[in-house]
Amino acid sequence: MMLLANQIMDGLADGAIYASLALALAFSYRSTGIVNFAQGEMAMLSAYLVWQLMAWGIPLIPATIISIVVSFAAGALLYVALVRPLSQSSVLTVVSVLIGLYLALNSLAGFLWTYSIKALPSLFPKAHLGGGAFSVSVETVGIIAVVALVLVLLYFLFETTKLGLAMRGAASTPDSAELVGVPVPMMLLIGWGIAAALGALSGILVAPRVFLNPTMMFGVIIYAFAAATLGGFDSIVGAVVGGLLVGVIENLVGTYVPWIGPDLKIVVALVLIFGTLLIKPDGLFGRKKVARL
Amino acid sequence: MSLLTIKGLQAGYGQRTVLHDVDLEIGEGQIHVVLGANGAGKTTLLRAISGTIERSGTILFDGSRIDRLSARKVVASGIAHVPQGRGTFADLSVDENIRMGAYLRSASEMRSDRERWLTFFPRLRERLSQQAGSLSGGEQQMLAIARALMLRPRLLLLDEPSLGLAPIIIRGLFDTLAAIRQETAMTMLIVEQNANLALAIADDGVVLESGSVVLRDSAANLTGNDEVRRIYLGYE
Repeated sequence: MMLLANQIMDGLADGAIYASLALALAFSYRSTGIVNFAQGEMAMLSAYLVWQLMAWGIPLIPATIISIVVSFAAGALLYVALVRPLSQSSVLTVVSVLIGLYLALNSLAGFLWTYSIKALPSLFPKAHLGGGAFSVSVETVGIIAVVALVLVLLYFLFETTKLGLAMRGAASTPDSAELVGVPVPMMLLIGWGIAAALGALSGILVAPRVFLNPTMMFGVIIYAFAAATLGGFDSIVGAVVGGLLVGVIENLVGTYVPWIGPDLKIVVALVLIFGTLLIKPDGLFGRKKVARL
Repeated sequence: MSLLTIKGLQAGYGQRTVLHDVDLEIGEGQIHVVLGANGAGKTTLLRAISGTIERSGTILFDGSRIDRLSARKVVASGIAHVPQGRGTFADLSVDENIRMGAYLRSASEMRSDRERWLTFFPRLRERLSQQAGSLSGGEQQMLAIARALMLRPRLLLLDEPSLGLAPIIIRGLFDTLAAIRQETAMTMLIVEQNANLALAIADDGVVLESGSVVLRDSAANLTGNDEVRRIYLGYE
């Protein structure tokens, strides 16, 4: 029973990380209709940036904040440099460019920092809460708390501020947003910036758990895709619920289904993606695409 | 003095020119109606004014040139465009749609204007928290107009507000437009297929044919004009 509770807590912490990367995917998808395949690699670079800043003598917390701010700028730059010029191109062109970017960023990290693993310290102390059979690490609780805090901030941004409303309007009906004076490209740029910042958060949270290396986001991005698909690609709530569900399911299946274990866990993500696309292609919270002919 | 003066306006889509040498003048406080068959260039005319398509020629608004401005700058200069098909933010609530309209205005102006326009559109007040996409066609048209009014524009461009609406709804819509004009003396440029109702509230009008103005006169004369009666009003 206690094992179950521990596994669920661990699952929620993993799920919170998937949720923040799934949110990043959902943000860029909602604002521009483009799935950013390079989102995970950008997050990986953000985690390396923290490591590099610390190697230069900057403490962990300021390094984390700098990395998230730089990532926001990088996301905005990616929108201006690649996504906006390609906005009239076919989907296939955009997908090819982003997969190319994925490979390029991956190699760049290997080139700059080599492929050997590095340790990135955790933002949270190595301690445990609770006692006896049920004990949960501070890191687990901390990750859940940080992601929850970010969600609250995003909720306030989108539901209560004029900027948030304008961003939602620009993503939903760009032509009309233009007609009420909203600078639509600026709003989409901010959307891509927020996506990159959320991705950075997921990279920085996951790096201490898996060690820093150029391929560390591979597992995470698959789970984030599963989360976004399960939740419905254009839904913010869906990305969060999807992320938490995927985290918990992954941990429970890995623990209680012996023949899957930790090695085959990634199959769970793929099964979730397939299952969702077969049974409910719009996901749990996605809007049905309706076209009038 | 006229609020909007258009001289030699050409506009179109890519290589295809739709408007040829259009001249138009709208006096402050007037309602001007543009009649014409499908494809005559009515929508293109409104888009050229609001800057959402490429155009050349002279467009003077309140004495300054706006023909080189981006759509956003045209909006900021005080021209609100209600596009064909209403352009509702379907995912947002009715209230959020109205607040979007006030993007260029301050929060306090937004609150006072919202109250003011909701008195003209009581149906919207009942549905403020509802998703805009779930409204009926007539309600969405009301919402699109309310959204445009939130800019507190000096010129309101309306592109076929009656499109796809039931006759009784259309009548109510034009009554509301007349009431708004009565109270605010707002200048309006209305593109319509439904010539009868549009001419009834308008001061002047033009008839567009293949991208050129073929007839311009007062609304009363246009209503009496045999050609207009035959083609646009549906009786001999």
